Amino acid sequence: MSRRRFGAWDATVLSLVFAFLYIPILIVVLFSFNASRLVTVWAGFSTRWYAALPGNGPLMEAAFITLRIGLASALAATLLGTLAAISLTRLGPFRFKGLLAGMVYAPLVMPEIITGLSLLLLFVAIGLDRGFWTIVLAHATFSTCFVAVVVQARLVTLDRSLEEAARDLGCTAPMAFIKVTLPLISTSVLAGFLLALTLSLDDLVIASFVSGPGATTLPMRIYGQARLGVTPEINAICSVLIGLVTVGVIAASLLVKRDLGRQLRS
Amino acid sequence: MTRRGSWKRALVPALPMLWLGALFLAPFAIIVRMSLSTAATAQPPYRPVFDLAAGWDRLRGDLGALDLANFATLFGDSLYVASLWSSLKLAGLATVILLLIGYPLALALSRLPPRWKPLGLALVILPFWTSFLIRVYAWIGILRPEGYLNTALLWLSVVDEPVAFLNTDFAIVLGLVYAYLPFMALPLFAAVDRLDPSLMEAAQDLGAPRWKAFWLVMLPLSLPGAVAGALLVFIPAVGEVVVPDLLGGSDTLMIGRTLWSEFFSNRDWPLASALAIMLLAALLPPILIYRAVEARRWETAR
Repeated sequence: MSRRRFGAWDATVLSLVFAFLYIPILIVVLFSFNASRLVTVWAGFSTRWYAALPGNGPLMEAAFITLRIGLASALAATLLGTLAAISLTRLGPFRFKGLLAGMVYAPLVMPEIITGLSLLLLFVAIGLDRGFWTIVLAHATFSTCFVAVVVQARLVTLDRSLEEAARDLGCTAPMAFIKVTLPLISTSVLAGFLLALTLSLDDLVIASFVSGPGATTLPMRIYGQARLGVTPEINAICSVLIGLVTVGVIAASLLVKRDLGRQLRS
Repeated sequence: MTRRGSWKRALVPALPMLWLGALFLAPFAIIVRMSLSTAATAQPPYRPVFDLAAGWDRLRGDLGALDLANFATLFGDSLYVASLWSSLKLAGLATVILLLIGYPLALALSRLPPRWKPLGLALVILPFWTSFLIRVYAWIGILRPEGYLNTALLWLSVVDEPVAFLNTDFAIVLGLVYAYLPFMALPLFAAVDRLDPSLMEAAQDLGAPRWKAFWLVMLPLSLPGAVAGALLVFIPAVGEVVVPDLLGGSDTLMIGRTLWSEFFSNRDWPLASALAIMLLAALLPPILIYRAVEARRWETAR
């Protein structure tokens, strides 16, 4: 008996799951081009909701703030997360290693509402004014853990003898890391950065807790309107975001593919 | 490793450790302290407020003002226990449904020809990169009384009048299943894909029907992935806020939403903190199991 091939059953499963995953998203995109304000009734193709977006001051401001928070927090998280990953895989045993591992894993599954509440209480306790920077601090904290896991996964599979060879040839440990290991894990570090950026751009719950006056993020705005019902304006802004993410993911995966191909050739 | 420069080496773990210690671990102590306080219509909205400058006697008096009254409220009012129980049930139901979808999905993905496997995986992961909020929002338009699903059902004459899909527990479970599908699919796929297919074949060659081969061979061997996926879904789903708020009804009880409204609507920070501790206590066993399973998965991956 040969290995079970991909059959009709598997094709059915995949079609149903992909339909389930994508039809809701496609409906949002489709109806963002609806000329009518009534979202269920199709009244012809129109881009009027997109044309209205740049004129929506609060929305554009929120988008700009969200992007700045995302970049700042993702940069901090990439640095901290990479350091955490190195500590957990390359430094051998050290004091509090178990504690660090616990602090990296616990936030991954911690309900956002607990993280948000606890960070808010911390900022109030130390008298930090809530706003842009408190959101950056909060996002950098949970993103650090995701970056650490992504980079750790790559470091674990990396052949250590490369680093050892560099050491044998006279490199110091930090030098060997920078010259040999870092280029090899750079794709994972980049993937970690993109993950951190996405998590920050998406976050609603934690930002709602730690944000202050003047720092309303895009998810907070969308949420405020979505609670009132479905409108073509939200469909349009959501479609723009979906488009950006799709382009970003495709670009990133092409990058990874090129990188893998280069590694295989060399 | 040399001793030389060991203090510099210590900096590498110290930085993330201090950061996570200050911004992840320390706040839990503050939640405990807040849960023992009393709500007040003041700025900040709780009492007592510790003031070290006011002297020792004052501080001792403030410490004496901490009590367990909020926990008495939590267990005295059936609303809070009921909302925790209902969150555990809805999240548990979503997890079971995801396991039932996840296994056929993971098996189908693992049987894709090598050329198509990356694309299949990418299509499962792609929605995860799209905003959680947008994906939940998309279902409002589908499930509304005058939404796309009801329009289709009415047109097909399956139903005579619109069905109330939105604002029900059904909508919440559907939303959870939809939003958390990638979290279940990926660990399951990783577990199923690395299994040697000849094991299943051996079982079938020895006369086991396909379901029995799955039950006796595939299931035990892929269990770590299934447990990881189930916990990765269950733990955050119990504390979910957005899904019950956008898809659930006004009488839906989920603890994340209850905490949210205690905090934002009632401005009762101490009670919200006590709720957070109750939620955390309920989730601690699954979190510890998740940690143990992940540690073992890392060991075997090495």
